[in-house]
Amino acid sequence: MNLWYGDFQALFDVNLDIRAGLVTAMIGPSGCGKSTLLRSVNRINERLGYVRTTGTIKVYGEDIYAETSSAIQVRRNIGMVFQRPNPLPLSVRNNVLFGHRLHRTRSYNSAEEDEIVEQALRQVLLWDRVKDKLGTKATTLSLEEQQKLCIARLLPTKPQLLLMDEQCSALDPEATAAVEELIWELRGKYSILIVTHNMAQARRASDECVFMLMGKVVEHSATEKMFVSPEQRETSDYIEGRFG
Amino acid sequence: MTTLDTNDPAADPEVQTSVFAASPNEHKAHTVQQVFKIGFLAVTLLLLIPAAAILGVLVFKGAPGLTWEFLTTKPTDNGAAGGISTALVGTVWMTGVALAFSLPLGVAAAIYLSEYARDNWLTRTINVAIVNLAGVPSIVHALFGIGAFVYFLEFGKSVLAAGCTLAVMTLPVVIVSTRESMQAVPQAFRDACWNMGATRWQTIWKVVLPNSGSGILTGLILVVCRAVGETAPIMFTGAVFFRQFYASGLFDKSMALSYHLFSVSMHVKDVPEHVPYTVALTLILVVLSMNAVAIYFRMKLRGKKKW
Repeated sequence: MNLWYGDFQALFDVNLDIRAGLVTAMIGPSGCGKSTLLRSVNRINERLGYVRTTGTIKVYGEDIYAETSSAIQVRRNIGMVFQRPNPLPLSVRNNVLFGHRLHRTRSYNSAEEDEIVEQALRQVLLWDRVKDKLGTKATTLSLEEQQKLCIARLLPTKPQLLLMDEQCSALDPEATAAVEELIWELRGKYSILIVTHNMAQARRASDECVFMLMGKVVEHSATEKMFVSPEQRETSDYIEGRFG
Repeated sequence: MTTLDTNDPAADPEVQTSVFAASPNEHKAHTVQQVFKIGFLAVTLLLLIPAAAILGVLVFKGAPGLTWEFLTTKPTDNGAAGGISTALVGTVWMTGVALAFSLPLGVAAAIYLSEYARDNWLTRTINVAIVNLAGVPSIVHALFGIGAFVYFLEFGKSVLAAGCTLAVMTLPVVIVSTRESMQAVPQAFRDACWNMGATRWQTIWKVVLPNSGSGILTGLILVVCRAVGETAPIMFTGAVFFRQFYASGLFDKSMALSYHLFSVSMHVKDVPEHVPYTVALTLILVVLSMNAVAIYFRMKLRGKKKW
């Protein structure tokens, strides 16, 4: 995978194999391309007209950049969670159903929809806290609840892969812990790829780690291995805080 | 340590001033600042005088003549006697036609410019054109209206032609106010939609448009204000000097309030002194009441908005 923003090349021959059902964390200094890579995985980078890519990204064996793949279906199956929670200015219920309603192929009655909402909210451990206020605006929830809701609204379309871009950096430590716990909860049911600046978080909350530098993947290994005995010099320097 | 200020007490041990006491320079600066503040206030108050005077004179001289009968009876004697009903209805017609064309077209253009257009030479040209269109004098719009609607499209001198001319004139206002309010919708909402696989149109329809209602309403207010008040664009394209019938349809001519005000003030003989004032007051009340409705809805929309 190579990627250019206009004339600037942001990713160089990135080759990654993300394993299904695990939590993979991408770490690296600012500007190393980890967010760019993440955004390429659901083709949202295409929204910027000046982005050009070569190479392939395969998810569950299928190339998402193939001519037969539609960007809409790619995004439906590969959901993204952002740095700042961005619930839509709708009710909690309608937020959860938003993606579902975009992609449904038949009409659902309201009991079926209730079922979908409850399932999704239970999966993100939010049901007990919001079940009595499904009609309130999602933007009035706390940041932690908003972020969990943003994860919940991806689930009804049955995604295969969840992308998270610094999903905890706008949250306080307690909320961070709660969201990390949730990610651990979702592990196994979904494959999860997270980008983080927080080394401790990568260490706590991931199975595998990818270290990137200057648009290239330097090292990709099991998390314990990377933090205990990294193979590359740059990796150990970065992990120990000598640069970045 | 360097001495930066002659008032530094360390430099003159005789004077026991506080380090934080105001310096003479500062006193002067403060006086200047006061003078400017009062000056700006005075100018602002001066601007209120014409506004208050206009309304005051109109109410004082025009209000006694403003009766239900005056509004609902047809004019006689070229407008010197009777009421203004045909003019009032004509104005509502023309404003309605103007709204019916400029709102949908303007909102559509605003959607394109805000949500689809990339920043390239075409978009920049369109933006310049919109700004220029807003700056075209209304008499030029009138001439355009004659050429385009009355003759070329063969609407004749009619309510439809007048309304279309007003619509062209007010289009830039709708486009700009709608576009601004669409761009005030946070990008994060669009990101959220796109990342769930929504198309641009789904994003616009479900998220962007519902949250830019206040801008669309602002556009509507401004269209109504201008369409009701303008005289030049309609006097050649659809408004008539005197007529005792309501317009029979879109292709019929009609009287209009603004043109009627012009004629009873300038051309008609033996008009009672209060009549022009009453017509002017009616014109202002029509604008104000339509504004009040739109402002009420806009406030309701804003109250709902929260992010």
